[in-house]
Amino acid sequence: MKRLRWFIGFISIIAVFGFIIFLPFPSLLAWQSVLLERAFFILILCASLCLWRILRGPTPPDRAAAIDILGILIIGFCAILGIPTGRDWYIDIAIAWALQSFISILALGKYLEGKGFDE
Amino acid sequence: MNEIMSMVFIVIGLVFDFFGCLGLVRFPDVYNRLHSSIKCVTLGTSSILLGLFFFKGFTAAGIKALLCIVFLLLTAPVSAHVIARSAHKTKVKLWEGSVCDQYTEDKG
Repeated sequence: MKRLRWFIGFISIIAVFGFIIFLPFPSLLAWQSVLLERAFFILILCASLCLWRILRGPTPPDRAAAIDILGILIIGFCAILGIPTGRDWYIDIAIAWALQSFISILALGKYLEGKGFDE
Repeated sequence: MNEIMSMVFIVIGLVFDFFGCLGLVRFPDVYNRLHSSIKCVTLGTSSILLGLFFFKGFTAAGIKALLCIVFLLLTAPVSAHVIARSAHKTKVKLWEGSVCDQYTEDKG
């Protein structure tokens, strides 16, 4: 029974992912832009899963981990957004966001540990 | 050819991102969640940035993408270690199916 539940879950995950990514494209000329639009949908799905863990998480380190992963997803979002628009400064935003997210997670870890910021 | 390579890397990165966030929701413990999500999300996002590098080539944006990959690979394990250490020091319980806990054994 447990293996049946695992199998049904696996099949449904593959179905959702394939329905978003590998649905037949309307025109073969513009397949890159259509694929990038669907990549945005996948990233929004991942961000909503992270928001579910932030709302539901039983302990504070769960929420800290979910916030960290939300920042890393935003870096990927900026990287994909640089391709169809053709502007190069999105990758600058990605580098700045990575640095700032790292420092904020270090401060949050110190705070969760119960120490001051200068110890 | 470069565009096809970049799309392949972006799709691989999206798959890793999705399964990492699925592990963040489905696993039973803080440490298991960190194990799943940090590895998969850093690999996925690094793959997306590598796809951007293949698309742009050796221009300024491509070199910045490689720099961002190096920075992510340096910083993401450090932040995961900080979160796990603070969780262990504030006595968050392990999952009851956990096998060993060597940090408390080492402390005595």
